Amino acid sequence: MSDKKWIILGLLIFMVLFLSPFLYNVLIKAGKAAPMAELVLTPKAKAAKECVMPTPYMRTEHMQLLDEWRLKVVRGAQRDFTNAQGKTFEMSLTNTCLDCHSNKAEFCDRCHNYASVRPYCWDCHLDNPQGEMK
Amino acid sequence: MNKFYLSSLLAVLVLALIAWVGAPALPWLFGIVVPYLAVLCFVVGVSRRVMGWSRSAVPFAIPTTGGQQKSFDWIKSNKIDNPSTKFAVVIRMALEILTFRSLFRNTRMRMTPEGRLAYNMEIFLWAGALAFHYAFLTTLIRHMRFFLEPVPWCIQLIENVDSFFRVEISYNPIQFGLPGIYMSGLVLLGAVIFLFLRRVLLSKVRYISLASDYFPLFLIMGIAFTGILMRYFNKVDLIAIKELTMNLVTFKALLSFKVPAGISPLFFIHLLFVSTLLAYFPFSKLMHMGGVFLSPTRNMTANTREVRHVNPWNYPVKVHTYAAYENEFREKMFEAGLPLEIMPEDSTAEEGKE
Amino acid sequence: MADETPKAAQLLAKINYTPQAKQWMDVPVQIRKGMYCYAGNPKSLEYLGFPNARQWNPVEEDWKLPENWQQILHEGFKERLERFRSIKVFMDICVRCGACADKCHFFIGTGDPKNMPVLRAELLRSIYRNDFTTAGKLFGKLAGARPMTLEVLKEWWYYLFQCTECRRCSLFCPYGIDTAEITIFGRELLNLLGLNIDWIATPAANCYRTGNHLGIQPHAFKDMIDFFCDDIETITGLKPEPNFNMKGADILFVTPSGDVFADPGTYTCMGYIMLFHYLKEKYGLKVTWSTYASEGGNFGFFTSHETMKRLNAKMYLEAKRLGVKWILGGECGHMWRVIHQYMDTMNGPADFLQEPVNPITGTKFENAKSTKMVHIAEFLADLIKHGKLDLKPERNDNKILTFHDSCNTSRGMGMFDEPRYVIQNVANHFYEMPANTIREQTFCCGSGSGLNAGENMEQRMAGGLPRANAVKYVHEKFGVNMLACVCAIDRAALPPLMQYWVPEVQVTGLTELVANALVLPEEQERTTDLRGEPLPGMEEADE
Repeated sequence: MSDKKWIILGLLIFMVLFLSPFLYNVLIKAGKAAPMAELVLTPKAKAAKECVMPTPYMRTEHMQLLDEWRLKVVRGAQRDFTNAQGKTFEMSLTNTCLDCHSNKAEFCDRCHNYASVRPYCWDCHLDNPQGEMK
Repeated sequence: MNKFYLSSLLAVLVLALIAWVGAPALPWLFGIVVPYLAVLCFVVGVSRRVMGWSRSAVPFAIPTTGGQQKSFDWIKSNKIDNPSTKFAVVIRMALEILTFRSLFRNTRMRMTPEGRLAYNMEIFLWAGALAFHYAFLTTLIRHMRFFLEPVPWCIQLIENVDSFFRVEISYNPIQFGLPGIYMSGLVLLGAVIFLFLRRVLLSKVRYISLASDYFPLFLIMGIAFTGILMRYFNKVDLIAIKELTMNLVTFKALLSFKVPAGISPLFFIHLLFVSTLLAYFPFSKLMHMGGVFLSPTRNMTANTREVRHVNPWNYPVKVHTYAAYENEFREKMFEAGLPLEIMPEDSTAEEGKE
Repeated sequence: MADETPKAAQLLAKINYTPQAKQWMDVPVQIRKGMYCYAGNPKSLEYLGFPNARQWNPVEEDWKLPENWQQILHEGFKERLERFRSIKVFMDICVRCGACADKCHFFIGTGDPKNMPVLRAELLRSIYRNDFTTAGKLFGKLAGARPMTLEVLKEWWYYLFQCTECRRCSLFCPYGIDTAEITIFGRELLNLLGLNIDWIATPAANCYRTGNHLGIQPHAFKDMIDFFCDDIETITGLKPEPNFNMKGADILFVTPSGDVFADPGTYTCMGYIMLFHYLKEKYGLKVTWSTYASEGGNFGFFTSHETMKRLNAKMYLEAKRLGVKWILGGECGHMWRVIHQYMDTMNGPADFLQEPVNPITGTKFENAKSTKMVHIAEFLADLIKHGKLDLKPERNDNKILTFHDSCNTSRGMGMFDEPRYVIQNVANHFYEMPANTIREQTFCCGSGSGLNAGENMEQRMAGGLPRANAVKYVHEKFGVNMLACVCAIDRAALPPLMQYWVPEVQVTGLTELVANALVLPEEQERTTDLRGEPLPGMEEADE
């Protein structure tokens, strides 16, 4: 049948597209897809041991927390955040978060790039306020 | 209550329960073995089904002609709906597959109390189907970010377009919209719910629906719902998940057989749903994805009197020949003055020879 | 009309489009009087060499099936899945979206949910799933599978003979699933068990033997045509002398034999005779009729692919024997589906014929290059376009016309503008029916594919409801009193349908209109049309 070759070709194209993640990683990248670069903690961050909240929480919910902070500061004129351990922090991306994690490129960006996430924090915020001041 | 959609709903809920209970205990099974088997099942199953179709013959050219044929140059022919060239067939097929053109024609019949029939435009099925398929496609492409490192610009472009509208609700207790919402996911869930409601609420469609119509709908509903849950409400550790998915596509998972720690069971429900959909696909009506390309009423040229189509199994048949016909009616034909091959006086000699 | 057939208002009142709350598999089939045709005569089945020829009655419990009928069906099914990709694909890919549901004239006219095209196909699909798919074997009814039982077989028979293979559903299906294909296939399977209806089996046998569906023998066929010539002489003062079985003619003319036997098709037949007389006198064109290939309509098409081929073969055989240049086809629906989409493949290549050229205008019929058969509407349109016919359209002025597109020439060919061009050149009052009921969306007459018997009148009137409804609309709006068509089954089926739903409208063939307007060389002044009714302005000139 003369159309059989066209059907096979079509099927092949579909399968190549469907399996493209496998094919790309195995054939083109030769199985050497870069793993995510290690997160670098600044000495100050290391010394603090724990962030404002426990690490697993921070890993998944930090954007939610930051959003809440923003809301409270801007709309509620509140400034302080107290966590479960009773520790109080200023609700500020620039002054609190970036104080420890002053290495955005080696901390924030690594995960964000790996997961293809583009937060809009930096539309307004300077990513290295201390650096700017110096 | 209808046992067809109840059984389908139950099946999907059981799947969720299995993943919820099973995944923490056997992460390698639900994170590695099942997805690989599902992909294998999909690839082999779809190929076999399509090759099965290709083995069947297309004995006759039977395009449905939906417009004026090509006859004289002073009559405008409908090149797309009555295609007389291969190129026009490609256009017809492309419009069919990309825009669901035949479905767009849909009308709704209604009888007025006076017994008058009216046919109105019915756009909702077409719109719902189109929304569903394109949302599904976009969602699928977006998920490439979990299988490619670095994530290529084209995928990022689609993500950006998909999250173009920024909606954030950040008042307790409802917090929604972070990370930025993807339209496709919401449209997908909305469209699949629409298609489901249509099936349940329209009496005619309910009458024709089988469990195998409800099951994929519930499954896709489940996939979209768990996806949305993970993104906006019950957030999961993306980095761990991408580590797993990258291990899967690079086959490293087969060597280490380890699933990164810290992945929420919700993700395993999502993954089991997707795996089930993949494995179920080749054995279901979802094969319309491949079949739509092979429908002889759409993919053939309609110039059937201009070009001869060959039937591969054409075989000779018993025919009532003119000779047999004349033999039977010769006398009568002769009397009526109809021309004959053999005159009656000669025919007795002829018959004697036979 | 049979007495039991409900009156139009009753029939209308009976229609309920909401199906039962049950699932369709739980609703048993009820073969109802007026909705089915009588079983095929065993003599006809025998003549064609079909299996299991016997006397049987659809409403009786015992259908006298062969012992291993399930096995015969299973194997027939399997074989055809390999032979027809259409069937294999259509069995697999329907998503039951329901777009086709209210497109079927039988559903619109009866409200019977199993007349939704999707369910008609599901009747077969349920068996396919059970017999040939893993999912069906594993999940049974949940996956829409069920075993083949006598009940199912009766359901098949009842509903496969409630489809006229009009393809309207196929137009709306997002995958192009064609219920005509399903019905053709299903009927082919039923024929393996000798389950046919007499209105198909006997005409098919007759066509095979004598060349026409009523079994009229050659001398009688010629007599009938001669009789028309006498009528023509009365009207025009000229007596045409048509050629029969003439070797060396330019063109072989094949038309459905229905036009020779019953009004108002007979007037169309007179039209053909007058047209060919005109062309002979004026341009010396030699057209011949054939008594051997005297049936264009193909009742085999409603039986099996093989029977279709056996009946159709006569056209090429006769053209070859007579040595004509090409074949001209008269007005017919399914005859043209067969010619346009099957004939060349089945019985071609017709390399003994010439690529058709109109010898009068010089037009090459490019679109019929390979099959070498031209439709009379194409032929007429070409003649008129080149001003080769002497026409007086005002003779049709008392006819306010609309045009019914036949399903087969519409969705199996795409011939829409040629007949309209002809009508507009031979008549002055023409109005289209609403857009959703004409051209590619046209509705069947309700009696196609061998269902125009007498015993199933309720079925036919119900199936023709959408068509009649649209005619009624233009009748009320524009005063339409004449429904033109290009199909012999239409000419047989539409008059009773009009009588039932819109009694003020009559039915005419295209060529009848042409012949009314055609001025023959040296004809006398006509006072009546072909039906013997006074021409406009001649009402007083009583003979």
